[in-house]
Amino acid sequence: MVFLVALHFLVAATSPVLVRMLDRRAFLVLALVPAASFVWLLGPVARATEGDPTYEHVTWIPQIGLDVDFAVNALSGIVALLVTGVGALVLIYCTWYFRPNDPEIWRFSGVLTGFAGAMLGLVLADNVYVLYVFWELTTVLSFLLIGHNPERRANRRAALNALIVTTFGGLAMLVGLVGLHLASDTPRLSAILADPPAAGPAVTASIALVLVGALSKSALLPFHFWLPGAMAAPTPVSAYLHAAAMVKAGVYLVALLAPVFADTPGWRPVLVGLGIATMILGGLRALRQYDVKLLLAYGTVSQLGFLVAVVGAGTRSAAFAGLALLCAHGLFKSALFLVVGVIDRSVGTRDLRELSGLRAARPGLFVTTVVAAASMAGLPVLFGFTAKEAAFAAFVDLGHDLGHPGWGLAALVGTVVGSILTVAYSARFVWGTFADKKGVEPCTPRDFSPWFAGVPGILAACSLAAGLAGPLLTPRIATYADQFPEGSHEALLTLWHGFTPALWLSVVAVVAGVALYAGRHPVAAAQHAVADRLPLPDAERAYQAVMRGVDRLAVEVTGRTQRGSLPVYLGIILVTLVLVPGSALVRAWQTPDVRIADNPLQVVTGLIMIAAAILTVRSRRRLRAVLLLGVTGYGTSILFVAHGAPDLALTQVLVETFLLVTFVLVLRRLPPFFSDRPFNIARWVRVGVGTATGLAVAGFAFVATNARTATPISAGWAKPAYEYGGGKNIVNVALVDIRAWDTIGELSVLVVAATGIASLIFLLTDRSMRQVRVRRVVSEDSNAWLAANLHDQRRSIVFEIITRLIFHTVVVFSIFLMISGHNSPGGGFAGGLIAGLALMIRYLAGGREELDNAAPVDAGVVLGLGLAVAALSGLLPTLLGGGVLQSAIIDIAIPVLGELHLVTSVFFDIGVYLVVVGLALDVLRSLGSGIDAQMEDEDAAAEDPNREVMT
Amino acid sequence: MTANLMLIAVVGVMVGAGVTLVLERSLTRILVGFVLIGNGLNVLFLVVSGPAGAAPILGLSGDPMADPLPQAMALTAIVITLGTTAFGLALAYRAWQLTGTDDVQDDLEDDLIRRRAERDEVSATFDEVDDTELPDEGYAGDATLAPEDEVPA
Repeated sequence: MVFLVALHFLVAATSPVLVRMLDRRAFLVLALVPAASFVWLLGPVARATEGDPTYEHVTWIPQIGLDVDFAVNALSGIVALLVTGVGALVLIYCTWYFRPNDPEIWRFSGVLTGFAGAMLGLVLADNVYVLYVFWELTTVLSFLLIGHNPERRANRRAALNALIVTTFGGLAMLVGLVGLHLASDTPRLSAILADPPAAGPAVTASIALVLVGALSKSALLPFHFWLPGAMAAPTPVSAYLHAAAMVKAGVYLVALLAPVFADTPGWRPVLVGLGIATMILGGLRALRQYDVKLLLAYGTVSQLGFLVAVVGAGTRSAAFAGLALLCAHGLFKSALFLVVGVIDRSVGTRDLRELSGLRAARPGLFVTTVVAAASMAGLPVLFGFTAKEAAFAAFVDLGHDLGHPGWGLAALVGTVVGSILTVAYSARFVWGTFADKKGVEPCTPRDFSPWFAGVPGILAACSLAAGLAGPLLTPRIATYADQFPEGSHEALLTLWHGFTPALWLSVVAVVAGVALYAGRHPVAAAQHAVADRLPLPDAERAYQAVMRGVDRLAVEVTGRTQRGSLPVYLGIILVTLVLVPGSALVRAWQTPDVRIADNPLQVVTGLIMIAAAILTVRSRRRLRAVLLLGVTGYGTSILFVAHGAPDLALTQVLVETFLLVTFVLVLRRLPPFFSDRPFNIARWVRVGVGTATGLAVAGFAFVATNARTATPISAGWAKPAYEYGGGKNIVNVALVDIRAWDTIGELSVLVVAATGIASLIFLLTDRSMRQVRVRRVVSEDSNAWLAANLHDQRRSIVFEIITRLIFHTVVVFSIFLMISGHNSPGGGFAGGLIAGLALMIRYLAGGREELDNAAPVDAGVVLGLGLAVAALSGLLPTLLGGGVLQSAIIDIAIPVLGELHLVTSVFFDIGVYLVVVGLALDVLRSLGSGIDAQMEDEDAAAEDPNREVMT
Repeated sequence: MTANLMLIAVVGVMVGAGVTLVLERSLTRILVGFVLIGNGLNVLFLVVSGPAGAAPILGLSGDPMADPLPQAMALTAIVITLGTTAFGLALAYRAWQLTGTDDVQDDLEDDLIRRRAERDEVSATFDEVDDTELPDEGYAGDATLAPEDEVPA
């Protein structure tokens, strides 16, 4: 069964390719999947309906007890057959419904096939969480299908309404399902039903929440309004989702839980009451529609109410009738929707005031419609008749079975009234689509493949066959109903019960329905008058008011909390930091054990840094602030040395140098002074917040140091670092092995930052569009030290000579540092930074042409290559039988040179090296060369006012 | 474990100075403050990691080593600071290019929302319902009908 569901999604994923190859004929291939599922299910369903269900169990995430459970039982099997059978036919039908070369069907076909898979998974699920996952999948996919044509605003709104209403219900259901899981200690539905939890408030609340989900999905009052809007979907979708599949999920869930939970307080009043109210409301609304598709949509609302009322009644005969009705409705409603699709496509309208003369033009389609509509109305000898007879019989005995004769009678009267309306709107549908109307030009339908009209014909034939095959179906359907206690009579599907009350009720329904149809004008006037005069509550308006309220609330909250000021936001965060953890700090405060410093170097350096930091805040000149910042940065690296962290010190010095030059590259364009700000209260607030934060962080440092009692985790790293990591430099082994995932994350940040820098300067979102191609330039002067063409006054011959002399040596050294970093200070970061500084020297000495000469590659290529090398070297150990990012140590004997000690993490370090070089190159190209080019552009523009300046 | 007073003073002053700068409006000052805070916190890693020691490299010395784990973390942080600061500088340059200053202005969109809140309006993207348009697939026919009640002529 997992296989069947997965197959749907796999094939759905290939549908774009299928559509490209076969165009709309791809639907025929896609239809094979539900068709094959239907055939495969026949065997298990036959066994399940004889009392032998099939279970399937796949362990998914055992750590949290999440498994995939599927089951074919007497209920789910029959519904699964309906879902796959109708699904296959609808997909076949799509082949002719859509026009050739429709540009949208590659997506549509995939979504519809995926939806069929989700629906099958929902029905077969035997685990509350699997059920929920498929439940929400059908919600999301139906959103995509309803919004198939998003150009109309009303369609987008309809899709969104369906999504919000059913997701709201779905979330409520999830809480209920979790409650059921906790109450019965198992997530398996079959186990919950076999050994139900003891009744109590928790179970009642869980069941109530689950029912909210079921009612919203099945479009019952007060959630009914999303379903008519869902006709924004193409008609085959309406036939499938909103007649046979999605809306049946709620009915199915009620049917699944009814045998055990029907006696839960509130179950019957809610389901039967709301069901009958929905049945009558939908029927009344259907009688008012001109669009035949909308008529059917309201008819579906009505029928869903009927189904929920019968299925939720919770007696053996009602459950029997409910399952039969569910199947009958799936067959006739999908047939009728498909008929509407044929008419719509061949005539170009669905307005029953414009449709005329189709009976003569399309006699075959007329017969199909009459059969399906007769089944809907409950006329003999069709499936709809036998099922409805069973429902009437069940409700006649409902009062007796439940011991509440009054309520049973009320429910019976309600369903009979609903059935009268059903007969009336069925007649209205047949009359509206096929009758010859006075004063209306007969329509001349376009010709289509006979298969197009043939698909609804097959479904109508099934309604007829199932009506005749009542005795054959009775024991199969009864297997599900046998879970309920025995009732007053044994339910069965048959064309002739004798002169029973059910038969008389059927006669009443048909006669009154036909009368209602015949007198439709006065009835409509009466309805109109009532609807106009009585201020009836309208669920849709209430929903819209709620949505508006949520939006207003969002605007108010955003307006009050989002002031849009960066200093205010940061200030709030920092003040919170000072107040909340700070107050904890005050409470935890103990006079700490202190020492002045570990060595004199720390004292000297620390004092210089403190002075520099304070002066940085006070400086009004940009360059001065940056230079003082550099002092604190170099001071930090000295502190690292004094602490015993040579790797950190090396990296800090290199980063500080690179950052200093980068700052200067940008600052050359910015004004030399910070904008003049009056010395006011805001400044004192800033200084106050800064001081408080500094004190708080210092306090944390005191307490944290003194609070430490455990042995550091890294105490035991030394031996494994060498034996497994293959390196003596523990910090480097930590970076490329122990904490390599962290480093991968960091590399990604660097790549993103570098890409962001380039995009901000070159204003291109796509690197492949970058117009400046990197080229080598050849100097005209063969005696030049560098190929640079800087202005003479900016050149420094000494700098050029030194650059020329040291560049290659520095690059070689950077590579050495990278490789040796595993055993001594260095590594990919330090090596990459040194190579970056070498490139920076070339740029500073010779300008942007010189930079291109030094590195004639796009920075993006280097960045991407680096990330790829790091990722691949992380995967490499898996080929050697290790885990991802594990180091493998390979010793290769090389003649003459001796033994080569190769640790695979060196490749990871190469990736790190490349990413850092790429970042450096991107910074230099963007903030160096890029700004150079823009300055030259502006200079040229200043000379020639007609030129456009690039900004 | 005793606390190293000097290093803690350095951390406190650098974070305090950095925060003061970060609360400014000039992007350059914010970035300088950002780097100051970054350096200060890297020193904080040293403070809480324990006493100074030998470099954590095997076979270099017999003395007790400094804790390597905070060093690896701080090393990552140093390089990330480089990347993000360079990105911030590009932002500052771009801001200067567009507005002639690198000051961070208040967000205009937030102001618009605040005005909407004052006028008790819904958001700009709210879909007000009007019944002039009905959902329709717009595919096969062009049935744009009003579901008006059927009234006898």
